[in-house]
Amino acid sequence: MVETQIASKAAPVRFENVTKKFGRDVIAVDNIDLHVEAGKLVTLLGPSGCGKTTTLRMIAGLEMATSGRILIGAEDVTNLPATDRDVSMVFQSYALFPHMTVLENVSYGLKFSGFNKSETRDRAIAGLDLVGLKGFGERLPSELSGGQQQRVAVARALVLEPQVLLFDEPLSNLDAKLRRQVREDIRAIQQDLGLTVVYVTHDQEEALAVSDEIVVMRNASIAQIGTPRELYDAPVDQFVADFIGEANILPCTIEHVENDLARINVDGYRYELPARGLSSGAAKLAVRPSRLVIGEKDGFQARISKATYVGVRMEYTLEAAFGSMFAVQDDVDAPLEVGSDVTVGFSTKGPVLLPEA
Amino acid sequence: MRNATRENAVHPALIFWIAAGWVGFCLLPWYGVEDGFFTFEWLLDGYPFDEDYAPAAFLIGQGEKLWLAPLLLPLVASLFALGRVKSDPVYARILVMTGAVGFGWLMAQGFGIGIRGFSFEWLKALFGDLGDRQFGMGYGALVVASSFLFLFTQGIAARGAINGDVFVVSAIGGVIVIVTTFVFFPIAKMLVAAFITEEGGYSASVFVSKFFDDRLWGIGCLSGGRCGAAWNSFFLALIVGFVTTALGLVFALVVTRSGFRYKRLLRALTVLPIITPPFVIGLALILLFGLSGSVTQFFAELFGIQPTRWLYGMPGVLIAQTLAFTPIAFLVLIGVVEGVSPSMEEAAQTLRAGRWETFRTVSLPLMRPGLANAFLLGFIESMADFGNPLVLGGNFDVLSTEIFFAIVGAQYDQGRAAVLAMVLLFFTLSAFYAQRMWLGKKNYTTVSGKGDAGVHPLMPRGLAIPVFIAAAVWGLFTIVVYCMILYGSVVELWGVNNTLTFKHYVTAFSVRIEETGIRWNGAAWDSFWTTIKISAAAAPLTAIVGLVTAYLLTRQTFAGKNAFEFGTMLSFAIPGTVIGVSYILAFNVPPIEITGTGIILIVSFIFRNMPVGVRAGIASMSQLDKSLDESSLTLGANSWQTFRAIILPLLRPAILAALVYSFVRAMTAISAVIFLVSAEYDMATSYIIGRVENNDYGLAIAYSTTLIVVMLSAVGILQLLVGRTKIGRRTQFGVGE
Repeated sequence: MVETQIASKAAPVRFENVTKKFGRDVIAVDNIDLHVEAGKLVTLLGPSGCGKTTTLRMIAGLEMATSGRILIGAEDVTNLPATDRDVSMVFQSYALFPHMTVLENVSYGLKFSGFNKSETRDRAIAGLDLVGLKGFGERLPSELSGGQQQRVAVARALVLEPQVLLFDEPLSNLDAKLRRQVREDIRAIQQDLGLTVVYVTHDQEEALAVSDEIVVMRNASIAQIGTPRELYDAPVDQFVADFIGEANILPCTIEHVENDLARINVDGYRYELPARGLSSGAAKLAVRPSRLVIGEKDGFQARISKATYVGVRMEYTLEAAFGSMFAVQDDVDAPLEVGSDVTVGFSTKGPVLLPEA
Repeated sequence: MRNATRENAVHPALIFWIAAGWVGFCLLPWYGVEDGFFTFEWLLDGYPFDEDYAPAAFLIGQGEKLWLAPLLLPLVASLFALGRVKSDPVYARILVMTGAVGFGWLMAQGFGIGIRGFSFEWLKALFGDLGDRQFGMGYGALVVASSFLFLFTQGIAARGAINGDVFVVSAIGGVIVIVTTFVFFPIAKMLVAAFITEEGGYSASVFVSKFFDDRLWGIGCLSGGRCGAAWNSFFLALIVGFVTTALGLVFALVVTRSGFRYKRLLRALTVLPIITPPFVIGLALILLFGLSGSVTQFFAELFGIQPTRWLYGMPGVLIAQTLAFTPIAFLVLIGVVEGVSPSMEEAAQTLRAGRWETFRTVSLPLMRPGLANAFLLGFIESMADFGNPLVLGGNFDVLSTEIFFAIVGAQYDQGRAAVLAMVLLFFTLSAFYAQRMWLGKKNYTTVSGKGDAGVHPLMPRGLAIPVFIAAAVWGLFTIVVYCMILYGSVVELWGVNNTLTFKHYVTAFSVRIEETGIRWNGAAWDSFWTTIKISAAAAPLTAIVGLVTAYLLTRQTFAGKNAFEFGTMLSFAIPGTVIGVSYILAFNVPPIEITGTGIILIVSFIFRNMPVGVRAGIASMSQLDKSLDESSLTLGANSWQTFRAIILPLLRPAILAALVYSFVRAMTAISAVIFLVSAEYDMATSYIIGRVENNDYGLAIAYSTTLIVVMLSAVGILQLLVGRTKIGRRTQFGVGE
């Protein structure tokens, strides 16, 4: 990473009982509490309409909370407009000003921050340098590619050394290949400068890849907060299990619990796993498609109803007595016949117990 | 570092407006200066002690106009806001109080005390006779009033309205105040005037007797007699609405759904109503079909028919208005017809509907709201039209001309004019209301600009033939009419002496080069230069008011936004004659005394043409992605800086368009102008009408032709400039690949 004069003034963000209503009865964000630690990259993840963008815009000051408190650092910013908050944002559409050159775009915010002319210029150039666009300063945004425009937008936000940097689905206008690269760049800059970043996306893979912590949102409230690993391996409910990665939700019975270890029964197949606070009775089991092992000695009976070859692996749809499920296998050279009966087991550390409904 | 500026106790805007208040009170002449707003002779003529030119502070110091003294109180109080931070509740309270008290008192004394002392009997009863009087407000009062207004809005902003945004709150406050002053106040004043008896008292029976007049509501024409002006206007407007909509649709179909080759030529039609003074078509029709018109003469000789005056009356007005307003319907409908998504029509075709069925069951129903819209526009335009009925009306009375004759003619009856204006306003506002409330929700045409790559199907043959015939006939007729205008201007005396001459142009526009410079000794120069000056002064103001309003409407949300929008667009539905009458009634007495000046003309143009500016602004602002503003805000610019650095530069084409169109529209306006002109400020259109009334058609037409040429070049230059910017814009807006 290049030596740069851009520093970080990272500050934590705290939401206390924040609610946002549009009009009288549309509740976009419902009484959420949230803490983003300084220097961390936190992703707001959820299906469209879950309130994640509204949450982000409330941090920016583009929407005002209907009730509750928002703190950035130690300061209460609840009623502060966007202009007066030390926060900058990278927009989904980049929102580069089309009538200004790249350098003018990057200098724009600096002009309002009390820097003199030469300082403004130096910082803007340093910002462009940081995102690898040295020498592009005199171009118009329309003369750049999508990925370059994206980076200008990032530079424009970075040079202000904001307490919090916000990203609103920054990769959605890029093609798949570029997406991977840009998201790695963003993560690298964030980690190098130690920035506090709040990042909105609806793409779970992107969220898993870049985040220190993920906030999964559903219907205007928070479903679960955790590190990528926690969310993947220990979702709190069916929604999170299904939203982060794919998961088969199977019915099961907990036969008994001892030392927080549960013995379960899935159609005659007995298996032991952490009970996660559940007690005996009916429960649900979330199993990732890759954690279903076909042809295991010990398992439940299923029939293969569909087999699809997708190049790197085989995808199977299995029919068991209690329902259907989806499994993938890496062995593409000896595919299983459709209609054949198989025994299906779970790999170790595979399934996770979830409460019924 | 952004935090540093926020808690700063120095607010430049606050200091500016407090200083402005003091300057207005202590230095500028409080009352209107007789010689005109832009003359500065008063500086050498007894200022600051002469009563006519003295600032308020000097007046009070000399023991005069003591009712101005209380204004000092809020002016002093405002000083206590200095040095406080915005989040201090005292700051907001001081500003709101001083602004409200100051502005309120300024208004109260302005309306309470007029040229004859107290304006209201009850004030006289309460305080006794005043023994003093005051005239219209001038610079001082204007500046002080603005100062109080903007102190008030800053106070409101500090209390947290619109996220504490001073610029937005001030803009809203400013627009509300000027629209109230120059649209709602005159209309209200006019409504009151309808109840005033000849002795000056108020009486409902006066209103009733004037309202239920036979000349207004009579239905004698059903039995061969004459109908009232209200019915005449109404039925004329209905027919004009239908005919112009039908013809507009015909042209729109030819342009979008046929293989017609010269579509660009047809599109040029849309420029015509913008550049044509409203009565010119009437004049051309007289040249064709009048008593000594060419067509009349031709048929008279051919068949030996006695020439008649059939043109003067309903038929003539109808033809003239249809010619004048068809392009407007065309302009509306071309958008509508193009807006019908081709994929809908293609879907219908793939579902085995033939061309005719597709048109009947899909295209036409989708256009229905647009058709209703065009109809209502035609209706409003016809109702409001003044020039054509004045020239061609004959004995066919319509509301707009009746209003004029009630004020100008021998009857001089303000009350009757007010009643007529109310009826006219009722019709146009109903149509306007219907258009907004009923059609607002039904818009099927969606121009998403996304992946709608289909092609409109051609018209079914059974429809194409009559459509082409109608378009060709009417198109030719329009061309003939416009040629007559040009030809008529170079004929000695139409129908009597048909020799070609430039005499009329010479009379109007001759110049002589003398030692002292150019001498503009043509008869028309005075009014021509006045028109150019007034229009040029009105254009930028119109554009500013329009764009700021458009910005507020598209970019901000605030309580009462719908009412705000309705109020600002309302002036579109107020006919010019109504504006004219109401301005005379409202602005010839203090506190705002501007009749007979150029200012009243400028003001009337601003508010007549404001909807044009607002629409242009809204149209182009909604194309700018809102995230541009938002990113500017998150980068630390405030909303005024955002407006100036981001929105204005990107709107340059829209600004240019608003400038040129308000300029051109000001040049062609007649209906409001004719009430407001004075000997000193005569406008081209009213001068021409005067020539027509003297049967001096040659000069009138020559002058009109000149105006058309001037405006055509203005529009042409605009097209050139905007066209170029657009090309520049397209590359800029395209998101790179």
